[in-house]
Amino acid sequence: MQIRHKIAGGDFTRAGNVASAVKKVLQQINIDHKQSKRIVIALYEGEVNVVAHAYSGVVDIDIDSEKIKITIADKGPGISDIEKAMQEGYSTATPQVREMGFGAGMGLSNMKRNSDFMNITSIPGEGTTVELINFIKPDAN
Amino acid sequence: MQTKKQTRDFHHALAVQADLCTGCTHCMAVCPTRAIRIRNGKAIILANRCVDCGECYKACPVSAIAVEQDDLQMIFRFPVRVILIPSILIGQFPRKIMASSIYNALKEIGFTHVFEVENTVDMVIEAGRQIMLENKERPVISSFCPAIVRLIQVKFPSLVDNILKVNPPIDMSAMYYREKLKMSGIPAENIGLFYATPCAAKIAAVKSPVGEIESAIDGVINMDLLYNRILNYLQRKYTETTPPETDDLLSSRGILWSTTRGEAIHSAGRALAIDGIQNVNEFLENIENEKLDKIDFLELRACDESCAGGILMSGNRFLTVERLKNRSDEYRAREDDKIRKVQDGYLDITEHGFLGNIEPRPIEKLDEDISAALKKVERKRRMMCYLPGFDCGGCGAPDCQTLAEDIVTGNGQISQCIFLQQQMIKQNLLSQSQAVKITGDIWGKERLEKNCNKIGAENENN
Repeated sequence: MQIRHKIAGGDFTRAGNVASAVKKVLQQINIDHKQSKRIVIALYEGEVNVVAHAYSGVVDIDIDSEKIKITIADKGPGISDIEKAMQEGYSTATPQVREMGFGAGMGLSNMKRNSDFMNITSIPGEGTTVELINFIKPDAN
Repeated sequence: MQTKKQTRDFHHALAVQADLCTGCTHCMAVCPTRAIRIRNGKAIILANRCVDCGECYKACPVSAIAVEQDDLQMIFRFPVRVILIPSILIGQFPRKIMASSIYNALKEIGFTHVFEVENTVDMVIEAGRQIMLENKERPVISSFCPAIVRLIQVKFPSLVDNILKVNPPIDMSAMYYREKLKMSGIPAENIGLFYATPCAAKIAAVKSPVGEIESAIDGVINMDLLYNRILNYLQRKYTETTPPETDDLLSSRGILWSTTRGEAIHSAGRALAIDGIQNVNEFLENIENEKLDKIDFLELRACDESCAGGILMSGNRFLTVERLKNRSDEYRAREDDKIRKVQDGYLDITEHGFLGNIEPRPIEKLDEDISAALKKVERKRRMMCYLPGFDCGGCGAPDCQTLAEDIVTGNGQISQCIFLQQQMIKQNLLSQSQAVKITGDIWGKERLEKNCNKIGAENENN
């Protein structure tokens, strides 16, 4: 099953809507709630990243009986040094964004922790694509 | 002692009285877990979804939702009859009515012992602090409101481990007083312990406890019944009766425990208090996404103004809270502010203070098997392309998505939608008489006939 959601950059009031919608689907297909929680947290972080840094984004969710693959592709400034961006606490968020409780520099590391596989590709000046895979049965990994 | 073992099935204290129900859909629209459908012109409650919050009871314009209760006469089976009253019972009466008069009224009604539920609140605080030190999961969610515990079990299964596994005051007090009376030489079988309840959720919790093996309570008496009986007693001339047995364990903290923020103010760290089940629903929805691990404690209550707004409460909830604040201030003025440890040995918190495992009971799954469930989700999403999205309730389900879910799980059919029915008739997929039958199955045969006894009609209330 494929589901697509769009994300508008800068719209903090709606950050989390995609995660909520996906959470409902995960509940409906009876994913273990611990695994479902990881997926939703990882997706939420990805969603907030797009809202905080990019102009717009598209989330593609592909679910089969073995895994959930989430691809978050945005149009935005991109990341020049992915390794550095992965470090906990590293953040390029503006003071305004931080004031709203976002941009603590934990996003990407949180996404990595809550997914079974993560891959980031980015072209500075164009955008970033994050792929997340979570296996439905953890032992199938 | 009558005990009820925890079973897979939930006991519910709310039931639709079919003879009174007019199938008006008010309850269906407000139910936070989408547990109500209309069939044959009457509301039905789906047992696996209901959390006994009482929203349907509040919304019903014809008082067709009944709250189960034990017969007051059953107390007389026991020589020693103990009533545990929550502080809100006294808060409902004007300030000039002394607590002692209310105790005397309860004596006249038939109880030999009167204790306030919140007498053991200091033990609850103590047990809670112990567990917050051991359990690193944040935020910790209070186990006080049984409707909220059940809401989390069915709708927010990923948060069950966040529930504070401490017995709420009612269970703590029931165990404490049973032991204390036994130790005073009363044979165990002579003691009947009863609880005056402000809501349906507490009844359901007593009848089928969650996370504990058995309930120590023998019966539940609804607060509205007691309120009327007490008022009757007070309006008659005060006859001098010997007061019931009681003690003085109540604290300023206990008096406010069941009001909003009553628990949260005693929590270490950052604590939030939220009341009203729709507010709680919205908040839990958010915290499932974000990791709000910087909040230490959540006090969540199903009713507006917490227990003062319980469905079996007769007094104005805002005035009730005001009176409890005044009463608490009076107590505070004459107590030292330390949390008292009740160390009289009647109840060992490490043995009896804690709840067992609370199991998730997810209701949203469309199938146990993931592949089958995936197909059902796809079918549901396809179906939503056709359903109108008005959420009118005309199909007997609260909204279009629920109808679609009912259809893919075999509990409904697409022709229940009154708009799609018209389309189907036009395309010769459904005959006019089939459509009439389907509508009749949902709304009852007499539904569309003239009836002037409805609210707002010519012979209203006749």
